[in-house]
Amino acid sequence: MRRAILIAIPYLWLTALFLVPFLIVLKISLSDIALARPPYTPQFDFSAGLEGLGAFFSELDFENFVFLTTDDLYWKSYLSSVQIAGLSTLITLAVGYPVAYAMARADEAWRPTLLMLVILPFWTSFLIRVYSWMGILASEGPLNAVLLALGIIDQPLQIMNTNVAVYIGIVYTYLPFMILPIYSALEKLDGSLLEAAEDLGCSRLSAFWLVTWPLSRPGIIAGCFLVFIPALGEFVIPSLLGGSDTLMIGKVLWEEFFNNRDWPVASAVAVILLAILIIPIVLFQRNEQKAREAEG
Amino acid sequence: MKTPLLSFTATLALMAGMAQAQEVRVYNWSDYIDEDLLIKFEEETGLELIYDVFDSNEMLETRMLAGGSGYDVVVPTGTFLQRQIQAGAFQELDKSQLPNLENMWDVISERTETYDPENAYSINYMWGTTGLGVNVNKVREVLGEDAPIDSLELIFNPENAEKLAECGVQLLDAPTEIIPAALTYAGADPDGKDEEALATAEEVLMPIRPYVEKFHSSEYINALANGDICVAFGWSGDVLQARDRAADAENGVEIVFNAPKEGALMWFDQMAIPVDAPNPEGAHTFLNFIMDPENMAAASNYVYYANGNLASQEYLIEDVIDDTAIYPDESSLENLYTVTPFPPREQRNLTRLWTRIKSGT
Repeated sequence: MRRAILIAIPYLWLTALFLVPFLIVLKISLSDIALARPPYTPQFDFSAGLEGLGAFFSELDFENFVFLTTDDLYWKSYLSSVQIAGLSTLITLAVGYPVAYAMARADEAWRPTLLMLVILPFWTSFLIRVYSWMGILASEGPLNAVLLALGIIDQPLQIMNTNVAVYIGIVYTYLPFMILPIYSALEKLDGSLLEAAEDLGCSRLSAFWLVTWPLSRPGIIAGCFLVFIPALGEFVIPSLLGGSDTLMIGKVLWEEFFNNRDWPVASAVAVILLAILIIPIVLFQRNEQKAREAEG
Repeated sequence: MKTPLLSFTATLALMAGMAQAQEVRVYNWSDYIDEDLLIKFEEETGLELIYDVFDSNEMLETRMLAGGSGYDVVVPTGTFLQRQIQAGAFQELDKSQLPNLENMWDVISERTETYDPENAYSINYMWGTTGLGVNVNKVREVLGEDAPIDSLELIFNPENAEKLAECGVQLLDAPTEIIPAALTYAGADPDGKDEEALATAEEVLMPIRPYVEKFHSSEYINALANGDICVAFGWSGDVLQARDRAADAENGVEIVFNAPKEGALMWFDQMAIPVDAPNPEGAHTFLNFIMDPENMAAASNYVYYANGNLASQEYLIEDVIDDTAIYPDESSLENLYTVTPFPPREQRNLTRLWTRIKSGT
């Protein structure tokens, strides 16, 4: 009984906060655009009973998904989003891992303070932090002023309104999500394992590569998911920092929803976005499980 | 366990209901009112006013079509209003609660009937034209003394646009404003919506795309005033606000607004009450307050847009009422055109074209 309740909690959570909203979006993606409030048809008519329900389902179709294949805008945006999110994740990992490593190796008395410093930016609104990047990166902003004064460049760099600014924004915003899980994996690392490796003739570098890195893998994977998934659908950063030629699926979704008022197509875009995210994750987990079973 | 929870929710709902009865929530365009008026409204009526702003019709429309926006008064532009009325987003006005309707100006009411027959759902707040905001000295510096500052040639002729790019050109991020202008320049019907019309507009816009610094619907006010850009294709009152900000700053920037001589788009921003407004009575109180001649004049004197209120004209400052960029004379009125809303299929083509133009591909 207690076990059933314990299991029920995460399932209830998943049903209420993921499955139900997803089914609503899926339903809208199968309907047609209409001049109404809300702007799609058909809608559930509870008074019509079972017959109405039948009529409702017969009006749903996959037209909107077919439409997405007719215009290259959509797959180009998906591809460009995957590229931007993927590269950002790699950069975040490259920056975040050494930070997490240093934190985990720091004196124990210091760790809570360091952890605090990583979390500190969250005390300011995300939007304000992105806005300040607009100021920093502007052609007349402090970054260019410093670079010019140091004589590194002689023309202001055009960073604002380009993809470079989008990468900077994403890496900056999501860095804590990479640092924290890696840190928590590294912190638990048993130091005697490293000593053993060195006793057995490992250099420090190969001890890192053979012991630390594999043991921090769960943290790395969690961090990569935490960065990649939200970055893929990111809307605010590309629209504030990116140029008008920055193509990301979040922006396309926004335009379908707000400019075209086409909720069904917007929903279809969202469903495919979810599929792009979920399928690799499921495959990955299955793979992990198999590996674990093979070991065990 | 259930009962206290229920009564707690009930209390919350009751409190929310009570709070709403004394609140009026207004959703208007940014930089579009004299904020002293908001304080005056609260003092006169004892109602609490919550005033939020937006800068695109699309944003407003989505909230209207989704429903449950929580706003009592919203301000869509005529073409958008028309479509939202059809979708059932607004409630009919109770004209018995609006005695100040007698102050309205028939010249404008007749025109807004195109979008809202019999003006059953809305009152006019402001109207204006879309045209050229020009930093006169900079443009003359770049293009010479005879620069066509009152013509669409200024931005749509690639030779001019290329030269102006060095001092900065911005266009509104609103396809329903820019496409009609491009069609006018090409000598076509500005209200054209079919694929041929859109192709014509694309031929005008693509060659000048590389010279446009940004598509944005509110940043150009400050950019013009600071001298960061020298030409903006924007809304009349916004450009005039830029002119005044520059004059106040005494930075030597001189801005003029010109309705293009080839023809300019005339638009109407209408106040309407959402069908699910929490406080329709308060909404009517707000509309009636706005239609008071002195209040309406105060708003126009502040934002430099013409209004649809005849009685307010005696309270308008000369800068507003005597400026033909704001209140066009008879002959310039003839030069203005209006447009109709895009149906869904054409709208999709329009948005796609706009994405292509903005991304330059």
